[in-house]
Parts: sequence; structure tokens; C-alpha cells
Amino acid sequence: MNSIVKTLIAAPALALCLLASNTAVFANEEAVLDTAPINLKDQASLQRGAKNFVNYCMNCHNASFMRYSHLTQIGLTEDQIKSNLMFGTDKIGDTMVSALDPKDAKEWFGALPPDLTLVARVRGSDWIYTFLRSFYRDDASPSGWNNVVFKNVGMPNPLHDLQGTQVLTKTGEKEEHGHMTPIMKLAVDRAGTMNQVEYDLFIKDLVNYLTYMGEPARPARTQVGVIVLLFLVVAFFATLWLKNEYWKDVK
Amino acid sequence: MASIPKPLSAPPLGGLPGKLLGWIDDRFPLSTLYKEHLGEYYAPKNFNLWYYFGSLALLVLVMQIVTGIFLTMNYKPDAKFAFASVEYIMRDVSAGWLIRYMHSTGASMFFVVVYLHMMRGLMYGSYKKPRELLWVFGCMIYLALMAEAFFGYLLPWGQMSYWGAQVIINLFGAIPFIGEDLAVWIRGDYNIGDATLNRFFAFHVIAIPMVLLGLVAAHLTALHEVGSNNPDGVEIKKNIDPKTGTPRDGIPFHPYYTVKDLVGVVVFLAVFTAIIFFAPEMGGYFLEAANFIPADPLKTPAHIAPVWYFTPFYAMLRAVPSMFSSQFPGVAVMGGATLILFTLPWLDRGKVKSVRYRGPIYRAFLTAFVISFLILGYLGVVPTTVWGQLSFLGGVDTATLVARILTVVYFSFFILMPWYTKIDKEKAEPLQVTY
Repeated sequence: MNSIVKTLIAAPALALCLLASNTAVFANEEAVLDTAPINLKDQASLQRGAKNFVNYCMNCHNASFMRYSHLTQIGLTEDQIKSNLMFGTDKIGDTMVSALDPKDAKEWFGALPPDLTLVARVRGSDWIYTFLRSFYRDDASPSGWNNVVFKNVGMPNPLHDLQGTQVLTKTGEKEEHGHMTPIMKLAVDRAGTMNQVEYDLFIKDLVNYLTYMGEPARPARTQVGVIVLLFLVVAFFATLWLKNEYWKDVK
Repeated sequence: MASIPKPLSAPPLGGLPGKLLGWIDDRFPLSTLYKEHLGEYYAPKNFNLWYYFGSLALLVLVMQIVTGIFLTMNYKPDAKFAFASVEYIMRDVSAGWLIRYMHSTGASMFFVVVYLHMMRGLMYGSYKKPRELLWVFGCMIYLALMAEAFFGYLLPWGQMSYWGAQVIINLFGAIPFIGEDLAVWIRGDYNIGDATLNRFFAFHVIAIPMVLLGLVAAHLTALHEVGSNNPDGVEIKKNIDPKTGTPRDGIPFHPYYTVKDLVGVVVFLAVFTAIIFFAPEMGGYFLEAANFIPADPLKTPAHIAPVWYFTPFYAMLRAVPSMFSSQFPGVAVMGGATLILFTLPWLDRGKVKSVRYRGPIYRAFLTAFVISFLILGYLGVVPTTVWGQLSFLGGVDTATLVARILTVVYFSFFILMPWYTKIDKEKAEPLQVTY
């Protein structure tokens, strides 16, 4: 960031900024991202994703702007939601809030796990898809985990039972800007309960769901959009005809 | 001589409607107002594409007010609830997402339309005598619009809302002597907080909109007093048909331009709704990704960029080096860049209005001005390191150097105008508009 702007940010809030000057919202942005195979029309995938989210993410993360009742939009009945997805509450209008005590969370992870309602809009689906598949063992980090996409992330890999344990190993070197840089590769060191294809599908469903949750109105929005644009095409020819009729007299 | 249609004088109303209209006209100038501003307001017949943007700006203003009213029904101007209330609108309010996207897209489209409208004014000399006040009111609308956008951007209380406001308020803090106190006075606190959010809400929903409406009324009144300019820059009032007493090149605004503007409205709405329904974030330019994170005073985003419509000025701010460890020079340049627009009518010594009859020097300056504005706009979005560093000049960022040069180009369009418009070789204006 430009120094002038930095000064402008820091001016009145110097103390605050000193505390947090290096806490960037976006961590490592350089990592190459895989494309998430998002399909919001695939309701079965969204439902599996919701299940994955409730079972694995909501132990620590909230989705505090998302109501359970909205899950009827992805083809679930209220009874199905109540009996399969709601553990911390029995009111279907409640938002998806984790049972984790924020105080404990701070102690365990150093920071509150972020709310995930809008995470797909903040990071993008591709980023999450790559992030959740890029954890590796790192004994130097406090949690024992690190991530290729988000360096020194405070979050341990919650899915290592499924994915297995990955390690980051050097497979060679390549020349870049005149000096040698190592080529690093992720590889599964100890297998989990899923093979790689199964795990990728599991994450695909989850990211699909997170994308839907970031903007539940998205399917409706594109649907209405087509109708509105078709109407405007008709309106264009109608108004153009009207204009030409009137403008016949202008010479 | 081409025949010009007469105003559509509706047959006098008979019966009860006629009596009612007569009753009103005796008490309120309804028929007179209609005639002066629509039915017998003569506009040049040669308007081109550039002339749609005035009526479109009015359309967007109305849409912003209407969607804004519906948003305030569910929005909570409270630092604790603001972010959540926006998400509530997006999820739980019927068609709330549509209203919100209309408003957020409308904000950006307002600037698109207004920038094109101002471009039209520059091209065809619409600020020149007798339209100086019309131009001044327009510049005031532009300033009010920037204030309106700035206040509104804080309301969703996301990270960009917070830190963008932080940067802009601290601009005022850079003013010598009074700056610090001024910044505290604007914020209502030593830091941006609930007090700031509340007063920005007040400014955004009532204070600035009232100023805007007043200025728009003044802008339109001035326009209808002097009459519209046109792509030829020829005054149609100088050529009156003695038989009808109306301009030979003029046509009544209603119905000719009402039906024509209707086509423009439909095309505009097609673009507008395509964005709303298929790309409401517009690749992060209309809604920034970081603004989906609630405001956090402890976390500075790695890259703070204002919304695109402020970025040309932001690029100038960053380009100006600080002096005596004060950012004020940059702030002064940025402020000057907007205020200098006001002086335009008195800087232009050209005899003709339209770029069609201007000389090569004016055309070159105008082109350079527009290009510098666009590139500055781009540079304001990206980090200053975007084009790397120069190996000479002490390794300065290339983008910073380019921004400095373009800032000079931007200002020289205005400052050198009295000179280059005087020596420029202009062509003679035609006697009548070309149609």
C-alpha cells in the first residue's frame, strides 16, 4: 500500500493499527487456484454440502445470517432439516450458530473462527475449494498444520480423517528471475477414509453449499433476470416504433 | 426550409374535465407549467446519443430515492446491527435482494450516467454563455453526489465501508491547523464508530438528498430558462420562425423527446438489469469482496481501494508527494481537481461551442484530458506497484510517475485553456443545426 494512504489510515488510530498492522484480511494471494465445479442447480449436491457443513464446519464456525428454514430452498422439507441438520436448536427460524464458546475458540485458535455465511462472496468459491484441499503437516506451526493457499493459518485441518495427512515435499527446482526456486508438491502421506476423488467430491458439495449460502437469492436472481431482459427486448422494439412514428414529422 | 411540427395542442377540454382544469388553473399554473416545461419547451431537433444521459440521470435519481426508502424500512443504522440488517434485507425481506442490488448498482450507474453527461457538456461547450449557471449547478450536483455516495458507502458497515471512510475522513485531517479537530467533528468520535454511522445515515437519507433535489430543480430551471444546447452548439433561439414565433430548429419536448428518451430508458434498463441480475458485484467494482466482512477496527485490509468512481481523484492523491511530512498537498490537489470544474465557463475563450467546429488544439487537449482521467481511474484501483519500478529516477514506481504526469495533463486542460482556446483555429459555426 502506498505510504500516503498508510499514513492516512493510521493517523488517528495509531495505537490500534500498531496492534494489527500486519493482520491482512487477505493472506497469500499468489497461490494458483483450482476451479471449483459449482452447480447451484444440483440440489442433491447442495443437500450433501449442507450436511457436510453442519457435521464438520459448524463445530467451530457460525453461519449467523443463514436460517435453517431457508434450507427448504434446496429441496429439503422442514422435517428433514429438523431431524438431520439441527443439533443446537429446535426452532427452524433460528440461524445456523455453532455451539462453540467464543472464549474457548480464542484460546484454542488464537482468534475467533470467522463466520462462514458470506465466505464464498469474500474469498470466492475457487479459493475455498483450493484451500480446503491444501492443508499439510507442519511441525513448526502451533496447530501442527499449515496451508499452501493461506500461509500460517490458525485453522487446523478438520477433515484430515477423511482426506488423510498431506505433506509438502520438494520435487525439483526451476529457474525463475535468475535464481532457483524449489517446486513444491502436496502428497498424501497417510491415507484417510476417502480416496482423493471421493474427497474432492466431498469438498465440491461443501463449496457448492457455501456458494449457495453466500447468496441464497442467486438462483432466483438469474431466473428473474432472463424474464426481465426478454421483456425489455420487446419494450425496446415497441418504444422504438413509437418514437419513429412521432419523429416522422420532424424533417 | 424544413417544416417543423407544431406543438400538439390538445383540443380544449370540454365538460367536467375542462371545468376541473380551469378550476385548477385559476389557482395553480398547471397548464402554464406543462407548456413551459414539456408541451411548448422547444429543444433542438438534432440531439444525438450523448443527450440521453440527462434524462437517465433523473431516472436513476428517482430509482435511488424509491429503493432507498424501501431499504430504510429494514436497515438499522447501528454499528452492532447494520451489517446484519443488510444481510437480513438480502435474505429475509421479500425481494430485498432486488431492492438492495438496484440501490448498489444504481449508485455506480449514477456516476456512469453523470460522467457521460458531463462529457457531453465538455464536447459541445454546453457550459458556455449563457449556460454558465446551468454548468455551475451541475458541478454542485456532482459534488453532492460524491458526498451522497461517500456517506452511503459506510452504511453496510463492511470492511471497505469502514476503512474507505477512515481514509477519506483522514483527508480532512490533513488540512493544516484545523484538520485534526475537523476530522473528530466529522466522525463525532475519535474513531469511526456508532456515532459516525448514525450521522452518516442522517446525511445519506435526508440531508444530501434534499440538497440534491433542490440542485436538480435549479439545474432544470436554468436549463429551461436558457434552452438546451445541441451537438452543433448553434443557438436555436437566434433563428425564430416569424409565423409561429418558435425556433425553426426546435421541436416540442413532449412528445418528441419524451418518446425518444423512452427508447433510451429501455436500453439503459437493459444494461442496468443485466448487471443486477447477472453480475451485481460487477467483478468487485460495484460491490467489493472485502465489504462482505463486517467492519473490524483491528484489521486493516491489505489493499484499500475506493469505489471506482472516486479512483481518478484517489490516484492524484497518491501521486502527489507529501511535503513537510504533511499529506495536505495531495489533498489540496484532489480537492482542486473537482473544484476546478466550476471555473470552466470563464476559462474558455473559444468563439464556437461545439467540438465539431473547434480547432485541433482544443481537440487534442480534450482527448488528452479524457484519456488521463480514464487512466487515473484505473491507477486508483490498483496498487502503485502495478507497473513495477523504474531503474532511473531513484527507482520510483512507474505507476506513480505516470499518475503524476497525468495529473499535470488533467490540470493543464483547465489552466492552459484561456491560452489555447484563444489561439486555436476554429471553423465557422453553421447558421442552423445540421440534421
